[in-house]
Amino acid sequence: MFTAATMAVSITMALILIRAFLGPTVYDRVLAVNAFGTVTVLIIGLIGFLTERPEFLDIALLYALINFVGTIAILKFFRYRALGRTSEANSQATNGEAAE
Amino acid sequence: MIDLALDIASWISFALGGFFLIVGAIGMIRLPDFWSRLHGAGVIDTAGAELILLGMMFQAGLTQVTIKLILIGLFVFLTSPTGTHAVANAAFVAGIRPLGEIKNDDTKEPKGTKS
Repeated sequence: MFTAATMAVSITMALILIRAFLGPTVYDRVLAVNAFGTVTVLIIGLIGFLTERPEFLDIALLYALINFVGTIAILKFFRYRALGRTSEANSQATNGEAAE
Repeated sequence: MIDLALDIASWISFALGGFFLIVGAIGMIRLPDFWSRLHGAGVIDTAGAELILLGMMFQAGLTQVTIKLILIGLFVFLTSPTGTHAVANAAFVAGIRPLGEIKNDDTKEPKGTKS
């Protein structure tokens, strides 16, 4: 049962990776990587059930959180070319830091 | 008896979930446009993931494992639409527009200036 589900999830991962490599724009790749992370959460849980070690679900829970934060961070980086603060506020903030 | 029913429920959930996962992945490859590929990713993130998690919940029974699975399901349910919306918003801001134009063949309106 879990073997069949793992096979379906593996096929899905391979197909999503094709889109991640092909993707004409960077947003296609980000979308593919986001879906790949969701499917990775599933396969970690399924491998935990296959090997009868459900502690793997903790890793899956952590991976779900990191996947979301990573997607948002990548999008923010490609939009503003900086992670700390937006580019409009960048000059003012650096001036403020210099004044301090 | 109850074990058999739970096994059948798990099989149905895994089969439906695997179907939605593979259909979404094929959609992400075959669809022509970024905006239509969002639909494939949405199918993977909602229907496929939640059904596979539901099948695992049937096998786990009423234990701590089920609570972890429910937590994972809640996080995926909340964060994947947010992530998809963020990707779509960033692509829209970057200037990517859907393919094709709106056709007004029936009304025969004169074509306006392109925006």
